Amino acid sequence: MPFSAPPPASGERYALSASLDNARHLSSLLRAVHFQDHATCLATASGLRVTVEDAKCIQANAFIQAEIFQEFSVQEESVMFRISLSVLLDCLTIFGTSSLPGTSTALRMCYRGYGYPLMLFLEEGGVVTVCKINTQEPDELLDFDFCSTKVVNKIILQSEGLREAFAELDMTSEVLQITMSPDKPYFRLSTFGNAGSAHLDYPRDSDLMEAFHCTQTQTNRYKISLLKPSTKALALSCKVSIRTDAQGFLSLQYMIRNEDGQICFVEYYCCPDENISEAEL
Amino acid sequence: LSRIGDELYLEPTEGGLSLRAVNSSRSAFASFLFAPLFFQLYEPGSTGPDTELFRCKVHMKSFLGIFRSLPSLEKSVGKCLILLKPRASRLVLQLHCKYGVTKTHNLAFQECERLQAVFDTQRCASRLCAPARVLAEAVVHFPLTLAEVTLGTGPGGKIGLRNYVEEEAGESCRSPPKPPSAGSPPGPPHPPLCPQGLLSFAEASNLPLTIHFDEPGRPVIFTLDDTVLEVHLVLATLSDLESNSQSPSTNGVSHLPAPSDDFPDDLESYMVAMETSEAGLEGPPSPTFPLRTPRPAKSQPEEKEEEEEEEEEEGAVPGTPPHKKFRSLFFGSVMTPGRPDPATSQEVLAEDSDGES
Repeated sequence: MPFSAPPPASGERYALSASLDNARHLSSLLRAVHFQDHATCLATASGLRVTVEDAKCIQANAFIQAEIFQEFSVQEESVMFRISLSVLLDCLTIFGTSSLPGTSTALRMCYRGYGYPLMLFLEEGGVVTVCKINTQEPDELLDFDFCSTKVVNKIILQSEGLREAFAELDMTSEVLQITMSPDKPYFRLSTFGNAGSAHLDYPRDSDLMEAFHCTQTQTNRYKISLLKPSTKALALSCKVSIRTDAQGFLSLQYMIRNEDGQICFVEYYCCPDENISEAEL
Repeated sequence: LSRIGDELYLEPTEGGLSLRAVNSSRSAFASFLFAPLFFQLYEPGSTGPDTELFRCKVHMKSFLGIFRSLPSLEKSVGKCLILLKPRASRLVLQLHCKYGVTKTHNLAFQECERLQAVFDTQRCASRLCAPARVLAEAVVHFPLTLAEVTLGTGPGGKIGLRNYVEEEAGESCRSPPKPPSAGSPPGPPHPPLCPQGLLSFAEASNLPLTIHFDEPGRPVIFTLDDTVLEVHLVLATLSDLESNSQSPSTNGVSHLPAPSDDFPDDLESYMVAMETSEAGLEGPPSPTFPLRTPRPAKSQPEEKEEEEEEEEEEGAVPGTPPHKKFRSLFFGSVMTPGRPDPATSQEVLAEDSDGES
């Protein structure tokens, strides 16, 4: 049930103001990128982008388009601030995380601008909670310079096939090795752990494979600890696109359908591990 | 098998693939022999007149890790291929899953000697055969923290299972209504152990369980037989409750070739205690193994039966509740000659008319 917050006393308008009937549409997506405490929020006319980074090697972005919101307005061209993602999530889920059918938390979000806290008004069952979260100077974000023209290999898979694999990754392995090739093994995930090596092969004609565009055989290794958080996004998603460029940078894009059937995206970018040695097959 | 030992021994033979485990004190041994018919394809490998088939052992945890999630395995895995590659030093397990996905695990293995317990079911004086359910029902009434039970045969073909509570004479006695085939006249009671895991496996696979037993001190052998599977569980038993008898340890589990220091020549008595609990227990001191009895829905090809077994060193569990005092003496290095035999504090169920000495 949407409700509106009182306009700012001075009469000026909020830099960012948004309303959402069901806060879960936002909180579930934010959880999929919550592997660090802080996030950078960027609001533009197209919607909200929340970015989390780690070790200068990995970046995750959650996109919530303006259309998802019942109301979304951004005054300037863009509004950007840094905020504690942990606190934001705690506030969004202040009425609890269990989703009873029929009940949802309504959200109104207001941000007056640089230096001001982010205001959240949350309502469920007639109870209103007001949260004020301090914002900080936004960090400079990594630019992976990943555009579709530079993509060497691309695969789109149904998430169902990868979910279990990611959840069961051998975490004693330091790296996750991804092999993409126009020839066998087509798409292979490998780990090298204490017990030995494990390889997961997906053939190009598998029912899970929605698109297979591999031009070159590439084998890249990524730190498994950095990629493991993407399992959350994978769990929410229905499809995932896996792309690599000439330098071995990895782009994972997850298509997530929310409770109302609307589509949102989460993407992960990861640098290849520097200590690349001969792949153990 | 994971309940018994940390290592899984794989031994391909002409008669099938044998998976074995032994515990660290060599007082428990189990083997599962899968006949060639069990498999879609079974190639033990070529052997010359002088060479034996290759054997290896792998870490139990690594092996089990591959079969971690049974429900999802049932749903998604079509077939499993096991290859032993001696030259590459790898045991390859390849799971062919749905959607054409292939999971290949390359496990490191160690070469090993043949693991074989010395036992002979024919030499056992008594034999008890019962559906696993009957035996499971019998033990379910014992307290969860029970260390061991005593299996005794009585006149009229009655079978009794008794336990001890604290050091009192408190006993709960169970007589399964029908001992379908007790193969010998009643003998003196002795405490073997009720392997919970084996019972669950037997129940799930609907196979009757046969217990071969003999005098106290001689190992007790549990067997399950099927057209494609043969299971043996050999457990050492407490030799004599009363006296510090010098039971020769020839009937124990041996490792061929057996280094003799592994084996207690001068052991007075040895006993392996087992928890009879059905539920997983975190609390009770169980330094060797946690207790769990996951129940398999059906007999799985690679499924290892779980057995619960607890071995304790006297000194290793200072917090042991008193009623466990009498339990668990290891043979070999653990046992110190001068130590009073805790077994003497235990009330004897029925005295041996001619005590073993």
